[in-house]
Amino acid sequence: MAILVDENTKVLVQGITGGFGGKHAQLSLDYGTQIVAGVTPGKGGQTFGTSTPIYDTVSDAAEQSGATVSAIFVPPPFAADAILEAVDAGMDLVIAITEGIPVADMMRVKAAMAGSNTRLIGPNCPGVVTPGTGKDSHGGCRIGIAPGYIHKRGNVGVVSRSGTLTYEAVYQLTELGYGQSTCVGIGGDPINGTSHLDVLKMFNDDDETEAIIMIGEIGGNAEAEAARWAAENCKKPIAGFIAGATAPPGRRMGHAGAIVGGEEDTAEAKKKILAECGIAVSETPSNMGRTLVDMLKK
Amino acid sequence: MNIHEYQAKELFEKFGVPSPNGMVASTAEEAEAAAKAIGGNDLVIKAQVHAGGRGKGTFKNGFKGGVHFPKTPAEAGELAGQMLGQTLVTHQTGEAGRLVSKVMIAESADITRELYLAILLDRESSQPVIVVSTEGGMDIEAVAEETPEKIVRQFVHPLAGLQPFEVRKLAKALELEGAQAKQFSKLIKNLYKLFISCDCDMVEINPLVVTPTGDVLALDAKFGFDDNALYRHPEIVAMRDTSEEDPREVEASTFDLNYIGLDGNIACLVNGAGLAMATMDIIKHCGGDPANFLDVGGGATKEQVAAAFKIILSDPKVEGILVNIFGGIMQCDIIAEGILAAAAELEITIPLVVRLEGTNVKEGRELIANSDLAVIPADNLNDAAEKIVAAVNG
Repeated sequence: MAILVDENTKVLVQGITGGFGGKHAQLSLDYGTQIVAGVTPGKGGQTFGTSTPIYDTVSDAAEQSGATVSAIFVPPPFAADAILEAVDAGMDLVIAITEGIPVADMMRVKAAMAGSNTRLIGPNCPGVVTPGTGKDSHGGCRIGIAPGYIHKRGNVGVVSRSGTLTYEAVYQLTELGYGQSTCVGIGGDPINGTSHLDVLKMFNDDDETEAIIMIGEIGGNAEAEAARWAAENCKKPIAGFIAGATAPPGRRMGHAGAIVGGEEDTAEAKKKILAECGIAVSETPSNMGRTLVDMLKK
Repeated sequence: MNIHEYQAKELFEKFGVPSPNGMVASTAEEAEAAAKAIGGNDLVIKAQVHAGGRGKGTFKNGFKGGVHFPKTPAEAGELAGQMLGQTLVTHQTGEAGRLVSKVMIAESADITRELYLAILLDRESSQPVIVVSTEGGMDIEAVAEETPEKIVRQFVHPLAGLQPFEVRKLAKALELEGAQAKQFSKLIKNLYKLFISCDCDMVEINPLVVTPTGDVLALDAKFGFDDNALYRHPEIVAMRDTSEEDPREVEASTFDLNYIGLDGNIACLVNGAGLAMATMDIIKHCGGDPANFLDVGGGATKEQVAAAFKIILSDPKVEGILVNIFGGIMQCDIIAEGILAAAAELEITIPLVVRLEGTNVKEGRELIANSDLAVIPADNLNDAAEKIVAAVNG
């Protein structure tokens, strides 16, 4: 039954009246996702699109609409506040799409969330998609900014920091005839709510997920941590890719978290650890789907 | 973003982090006057460039060393005259070197002990961490490698802030007692305040020195600032010195593009940081050499895409361009319009491979196909990389 979200999930969008939030809320509605409410302070009582009600606060929106998941599209200076408002309203899951939130804000958000039952995904992430069974995967739950049509309902779980590399992997899988259970973009910031490891554990426990693609990049040790856990505990085959083999050391490669500090966080070091942990590492980003399929056929 | 040593000193003064008396100068006369104002005959004069290794560097006019110890104000002025307006080459600057337009003159502190102190953001624990070592004045990575037990870390809860017991533990780890511990305590509290108030992601003091009179001073500092937080720190942004940066990167930053110049000959224009890195990787894998990292971002406009094209074409080493777009936020038709706008203005005479996929892919491909631009279309990422490498390497 996929992880995190499915076709029955009710979603509210914080920042639905912004250009960016509005555009993607509409694309999600078109995809068949249950976007049941929007939140923009000061615009309560208005309507988004044809029939989606807008509220002033997340707690009002959640109470009236029954939404359990929030997607956050508000600009960086207000994003930390928006996340904590969603946590305060008792959302099960908060998916922060916003790119460019100060790291210190995220540090405080994470500390303030300790002990809460809300899961945060992101920030600076493409969101989560559980594909539907209709044409071009219509009818699924698309939260965030991924192009819906590249997906196909199936049994491969995908987890990645990068949005565009997630699309790349999903597209390759779909072209090869392999659908996805759920695709999770955890975001490219140094401090995020959900790690590769958290998502691997969820895929491992999910009946619908039969195999996994894990995509990482230079910087930090999250991929290594996930791989080491998988070596001991994961029942399902995993293919992986690490971006940034050609990145010069000490430079931030677009993502705030993508920086080679020491020897341990280079692409080569990570690929080696993944391989040692039994993960089939794709040598190029164009071969992620094929690498997994070859593994499944063995 | 980086800042100069004299700017770091200004921040230290503002936040009450003790460091030796010092002043900045842009001319030999100013340097001599500064040396007079500081007084004494134990002075140090340092060329202000962002790169390390200044002491062992050489100026292009033959003058040796970006760090000197003048005994008199006149000598300080003379040394400043040799350095200002000259280009300093160190092991970190590359052959091009850096133009020195300012020097700093400071008291040359007598040193009894050299310690190490840094505050960093620890991504694994999502907390600030204070790192100290009794082995200051040398490469901290080497200390970590050879004597890891001499590096002590203290995490700070982001909501509770720095606690007195944490300061006591750090002072003990640095073997500071009595009046020195007291001075250190004040210094670290103020440094932590600076770290948080200025949204730093790194402050490193190496060395932190103890003088024969028992004073604890920050002798040299390195700062890193969180780029995401610069919008709320105009005073930090004002310290940016674009003459220290790659002009292409400066140009890109004015258009909100993420560009990093490299040494290869195949330029790439990609959306998304992950895919941009992966595109460089696959170019290399196919036997090519990437000329840059360029993430045009998710919400790029036609104008930004056109600007991106101009920047990559301004690099004389570039012999081919690979455009790789997987549109999520980014719409393929916007990319196509940007390419056409740039092509209308600039003559693109080198091979151009374009791979488009994702949102509005049909419209984007049609725009390119219906133009008279000589584009080599590619079906997928691998195809794109192979085609550009073949076109450039012949």
